[in-house]
Amino acid sequence: MSQTAAQRFLQDAAVKSADLVHREIIQRGMDSYDVAHLKGRARIKDWEAARQKCQEIKREAINHLDRYLLQFEEKVIARGGHVFWAANSEEACTYVKNVATRLGVRTVVKSKSMVTEEIHLSPVLEKAGIKVWETDLGEFIVQLRDEPPYHIVTPAMHLNRGQIAKLFREKLDPAIDSDDPVYLMGAARRILRQAFFAAEMGISGANFLVADAGVIAISTNEGNGRLCTSVPRIHVVVTGIEKVIPRLEDLAVLWPVLATSGTGQGITTYGTLIGGPRQPGEVDGAEEFHVVLVDNGRSQLLADAEQREVLHCIRCGACLNICPVFRHVGGHTYGTTYPGPIGSVLTPHLNGIKEFKHLSYASSLCGACTSVCPVKIDLHHHLLQNRRNATEAGATKSSERLIFRAWRWAMLHPRMYALGGWLMRKVLRILYDLGLAGSILDPMRVWNRYRSPVPLPSESFRARWRKGLGAN
Amino acid sequence: MDQLLPEVAVDTVKVLRRLGYAVEFPEDQTCCGQPAFNTGYWNEARPCAENFVRIFKHAEVIVCPSGSCTTMVRSFYPELLAKSSFREEALAVASRTFELSEFLVKVAGVTQVGATFPHTVTYHASCHGLRELHIHDEPLQLLRQVEGLKLIEMVRSEECCGFGGTFAAKFSDISAAMGTSKAENVAATGAEFVTATDPSCLLHLQGILGKRHAPTRTIYLASILAQESPPRQSMGQEKS
Repeated sequence: MSQTAAQRFLQDAAVKSADLVHREIIQRGMDSYDVAHLKGRARIKDWEAARQKCQEIKREAINHLDRYLLQFEEKVIARGGHVFWAANSEEACTYVKNVATRLGVRTVVKSKSMVTEEIHLSPVLEKAGIKVWETDLGEFIVQLRDEPPYHIVTPAMHLNRGQIAKLFREKLDPAIDSDDPVYLMGAARRILRQAFFAAEMGISGANFLVADAGVIAISTNEGNGRLCTSVPRIHVVVTGIEKVIPRLEDLAVLWPVLATSGTGQGITTYGTLIGGPRQPGEVDGAEEFHVVLVDNGRSQLLADAEQREVLHCIRCGACLNICPVFRHVGGHTYGTTYPGPIGSVLTPHLNGIKEFKHLSYASSLCGACTSVCPVKIDLHHHLLQNRRNATEAGATKSSERLIFRAWRWAMLHPRMYALGGWLMRKVLRILYDLGLAGSILDPMRVWNRYRSPVPLPSESFRARWRKGLGAN
Repeated sequence: MDQLLPEVAVDTVKVLRRLGYAVEFPEDQTCCGQPAFNTGYWNEARPCAENFVRIFKHAEVIVCPSGSCTTMVRSFYPELLAKSSFREEALAVASRTFELSEFLVKVAGVTQVGATFPHTVTYHASCHGLRELHIHDEPLQLLRQVEGLKLIEMVRSEECCGFGGTFAAKFSDISAAMGTSKAENVAATGAEFVTATDPSCLLHLQGILGKRHAPTRTIYLASILAQESPPRQSMGQEKS
C-alpha cells in the first residue's frame, strides 16, 4: 500500500527538521525577509489600520462574491474578453487546453500563478504536446528541477546560488562557470527571451479581480508578467473566484499591503491592469483574452460561516515566513500546493479533511501567523476548528478517543486524578532509577527521545498545600 | 504544575502572600481542559471547563502561573461554553482570570515585589501569553525591579519554543527541532537562566537543554520573584 499523506509528512518532516544545511538556507532567507518586512511596515503610517481596511475590503467582497464576480464578468465580456467558470480543476484545465489546441498553440509562457499549480495545468498542456515555460525566475528554477514551488511567493528559496549554478550547468549550458547571481540571471534571461517571442499563448494568474473596472491586477517584480500578457497572441488568466475586490481604489491599500507582507517592498516593481484584448487603436495587448474563474472547493468554504474568512487570503506568504514549523520543515514537506499555516487551514477544505487533517495538528498553535496576516485571518484558531471538525467527523484514531475519554473521567474525579498523578510519578521514578528512561517500557519515550526526563517531585502541590502550606 | 512542577505553584503563593493577598487553593480543581480542547476533543474538554467555572465562580480574582492555562479560560471558554448553561458564569470567571505577571502589573499595579536574584537571565516570550493575552512588557517590568538580576535579550525571543501541547508528542521531530533552535538562541546569550510566563515551555526547554548538557537552566518567573535569599536550583532539579 502506498503511504498516506500523513505518513509522508511525518517522514519528510523528520528528515528536513534535522537537515542543518536546509535550516541554514531558510534561516538566512527569513532573516533578510524579517528585516525588509519590518522596514516596510514602518513605512506605512498605521499598519494596524491598513490591515483593518484590507480585512474590510476582502470581507465585503467575499460576502457579496456573486455580485462582484458578475460585475467583473460583464465588463470583461463588453470589452471582447471571454470568461469561463470552472467548477473544478478538470474543467479549468480542459478549457485552457481546448483554447490552446483550437488556436494551434505549441508554446506557452507562464507568469507565476499558484492556482495553475493547484489545478496542475502544466502537465495537462504538456500531455497535449505543448511546451510550457515558467518565466518567473524562481518558478523557472523549480521547473528545471521538476519540483513544485517551495514557497508561494519565493518558489526557489530553498536553494543557494551554488545549487542553482550546478542546476543550470546540467540543464541549460555546460559552459556555465560562475555562481554569480547576475551572471546566472543573464543565462536564464537569454533562454526565456526566446521563449517569450516563440509563444502563442501567455498564461498568468491575478492578484486581484477588480469588479467595478472589470480588470485583473497583477503585481510582479521581474517584468516577465508583462511579457507573458502582452507579447503572445493569446492571454489566458487562471484565477480563484475569491480574488475579486469591489473597487479600483481598493488597490490603493491592497497593493502596498500585499507588497509589504510579501517582500517588504513599498510596492512591487510592476503593477499591471488588464481588462480585455487589444482594443482598436491600442499598440499592444493580446488578440484574445480569456479569464478562467476557478472554484475548486471555494464555494464550499464560502458556505462555512466559521471559516469563510480563509477566502480573504491574498497569498502574500507572510504566515509561511513567520511560521516556526515552516522554518524547520520547509515548504515541500507539506506535500500541498499551499504550504505553511494558510495551507494547513485551506487544504483540508480543498482536498479532503480525512487525508489532510494531520496538517491542522502540525502546529504548536503559537499564533505568529495570525499576528502577521495582512487581512487578519484568524489562522491558528481555524486550525483548532479543523481539529474539532476532524474529531466530530470521527476521523481521529480510536485509541486517541479512548485516551481522552479516560482523561475526562479522571479530570472530573479529583481523587482519581491525584492518585493517578502520584502513581505515574512513582512508576516513572522506579523506571528511571532502573535506567529504563527512553526504553520500550517508558511511557514517556517519545518525550525522552529528544529531551532529558521531566522532573518527578515526590509530592504534588496539593499534598504540600494540605500539609500546611494552605494556612494563610 | 500540581503534579510535575509544584515548586512553581508554591512560589506563586509566596509572592502573592508577600504582597498581602489571601490565597485559596480549591482542592477539587483538576485541569482546565486545554489538552483535550487543543487536540479537537471539545466534548471532553467542556465538562472540565464547566467544572472549573463551578469551582472558581466565587473567587474575587483567579491568578494562574501559566499564560497557556489562562488563555484557555479567558480566550477559549467563551467559545467552548457558548451553548452551555455555564456560559454567563464562564464569561464572568474569564474576565477575572489573570496570568501572574499581568495580575501583578496590570491589576495590582505592582512591579517591585521585593525579590533578589543575583544572576543573568534571558526571557522567552511564551506564545499564549504574548499573542492571546497580549502580555508584552509586564514580565520584563517585574524582572527589571529584581535586585541583582541582569537581563540579557535573546534573538527571536518571540519565536515559539516548539512545545505546543500534544504537538510535542505527535510531531516530536519538529517540536525538538524548534526547541533546539530556541535552545541555541538561549545559549547564545550566555545567561545562567532562561525564564518565561509558561511552565510548559520551560519544561520542554529544560528537557532540550538537559539533553544537550547546556549550562543554562530554566526557572519560572514566579520562582525568581519568590527569591529573597541565595538562589535555588533550576525548577526541575528542585528537591523538596
